[in-house]
Amino acid sequence: MSGSYIERPNRPLLIYAVLFLIVLYLPVMLLPLFSFNDSIYVKFPLKGFTFQWYIELMDRDPAWAALRNSLKVGITTALISTGLGIFAAKAITRYTLPGRGPVVGFIMLPLVIPGIIFGVALLVLLSQLGIRLSLYTVTIGHIIICLPFAIATMIPRFEGFDKSVEEASADLGENAWWTFWRITFPMVFPGILASLLLTFTVSFDEFIMAFFLSGTDATLPMYIWGQLRFPQAFPSILALASIILLVSFILVFLGQWINRSATSDSLESETNT
Amino acid sequence: MTQDNAFISFRNVNKFYGKFQAIKDVSMDIGHGEFFSLLGASGCGKTTLLRMLAGFESVSSGEIYIDGQPMSGVPPHHRPVNMVFQNYAIFPHLNVRDNIAYGLRKQKLPRAKRNDMVEEMLELIKLPEYGDRKATQLSGGQRQRIALARALILKPKVLLLDEPLGALDKQLREQMQLELRALQKTVGITFVFVTHDQEEALTLSDRIAVMAEGRDLQVDTPTRLYENPKTREVASFIGTMNFFDGTVTSLKGDTAVIKVDGLGEVSASMGAVPLLAGDSVNVAIRPEKFVLTDEKPDGVQYCVKGQLNNAAYLGERSHYYISVDGVSKPVAVSAQNRERAQETETQSRPVWLSWNSAAIVVLKD
Repeated sequence: MSGSYIERPNRPLLIYAVLFLIVLYLPVMLLPLFSFNDSIYVKFPLKGFTFQWYIELMDRDPAWAALRNSLKVGITTALISTGLGIFAAKAITRYTLPGRGPVVGFIMLPLVIPGIIFGVALLVLLSQLGIRLSLYTVTIGHIIICLPFAIATMIPRFEGFDKSVEEASADLGENAWWTFWRITFPMVFPGILASLLLTFTVSFDEFIMAFFLSGTDATLPMYIWGQLRFPQAFPSILALASIILLVSFILVFLGQWINRSATSDSLESETNT
Repeated sequence: MTQDNAFISFRNVNKFYGKFQAIKDVSMDIGHGEFFSLLGASGCGKTTLLRMLAGFESVSSGEIYIDGQPMSGVPPHHRPVNMVFQNYAIFPHLNVRDNIAYGLRKQKLPRAKRNDMVEEMLELIKLPEYGDRKATQLSGGQRQRIALARALILKPKVLLLDEPLGALDKQLREQMQLELRALQKTVGITFVFVTHDQEEALTLSDRIAVMAEGRDLQVDTPTRLYENPKTREVASFIGTMNFFDGTVTSLKGDTAVIKVDGLGEVSASMGAVPLLAGDSVNVAIRPEKFVLTDEKPDGVQYCVKGQLNNAAYLGERSHYYISVDGVSKPVAVSAQNRERAQETETQSRPVWLSWNSAAIVVLKD
């Protein structure tokens, strides 16, 4: 083995890393495992392989209704929070705003404030205003939670390209609107896509806000929570959870991949100058 | 340049950032078709002035006119100027053709006509067949040309260039300087060029404005800036200059007799500076205006004995530093190496410096 410790592989650290990943993902991996197990009880030893629970899931209309609700809320949340996030990120990175620091801090606050506090606060506010709880109120709650994610995803994209590119567009005769569509939007587009995927995923998985703010229509996490009381429903819930898990993984990886390949593109252009 | 044929005019332009005054009462005129440079150290306000022309910075007070039109309140996208940015600001998500054609959208040209114009520009900047390349795959020099083409295709009245050659290596820079100059002659539009590189400014420009601390010190042709600087600041900024302290003893018409510390009594043309007997002045002489000899020269107007301290061989010329009694700093002398030298003689030895009246620039303290 040659070279300094900087380049040398380190076996204890490698073992640590493997253990870390196992501890992190083993419990999660149990879900898909038992969702294919031919037994109503979640315990070892495994009985046999079956698609039964997935087939049973197909016939559960409330599950599909909940999924539709979650998709509605998730897509709306993703579009609105990303849309708002674009303007916020542009304002934060492009203009010298008075009190910029505190403003950014307030926008990012929902990241650290427990959801239960926001949930209760919104519930109090909405009931004071006499607004009936519905999927709309859930969406409002989700937008508040997702906005910091959207902004945090897009700020690096806005910071990643030189202001003079927008100036060049103005100089070549385009007004603010056209400069945004011809320059800013395509250049931050990977960030927008990543933000859409991320905010959708956050909204789709969110439970606390939905619990406080939903009316009669349940979102998927709430439906799952509700079904945990019924043992015979449990394997189907595992199947449902496995599907959600898979879709979430795909979305998050997709978002990361888009943002990273776009970043390496712009890095390449930096080094060429 | 009189105001009648001025194409761009700055009239008492000031710029404040809070309490900091970046531009201090600048008034100057730039003629039609001129290659005009703004020269100064970083932070002297030259880029601010250029960005005010482009419309990216507002004018705190005063007015800028382009082609007779006041520019206050005219946004960048409505000004008859185009800019080549310091880092080129190439649009990385577009290919070369779309970069160059970017500003043509509003002209609503048929596609064929548009493509012809782009091809023409690609010819002009000597990058034909590059139209489909991604802009990010190009070298610095190529990007610089794309930035030029992108601006020139709109046939602006004025092209603004913000240190466009700063990022290029020396050889490429010199090549691009020649190409820029040739291009400006071809297209015949007014160039306003910002640089901190005096050699570049001298090479390229019809006229140069030397700037320092937000003021324009002198606006003149390269030759006049070098040979007839009006202030000590300009004299020391452009090239190397030896300064000597002196006192005016008498005046005869245009000629002043000046007693110079260490050099004795000399007479010199006063130039534009009004002088009175008894005024203390700076006498400035360029290093290459001195003649260096080992023996006392005959038939020269003025000479003085000194001690050679130091010499630097630079190829086509050498620099010598000579201490002269009564002069605080060593006198810099530059001499062409006409003879093929064996070895530069650097050992300390007595030498003679000679010069004549024409070499002397008189500057008021």
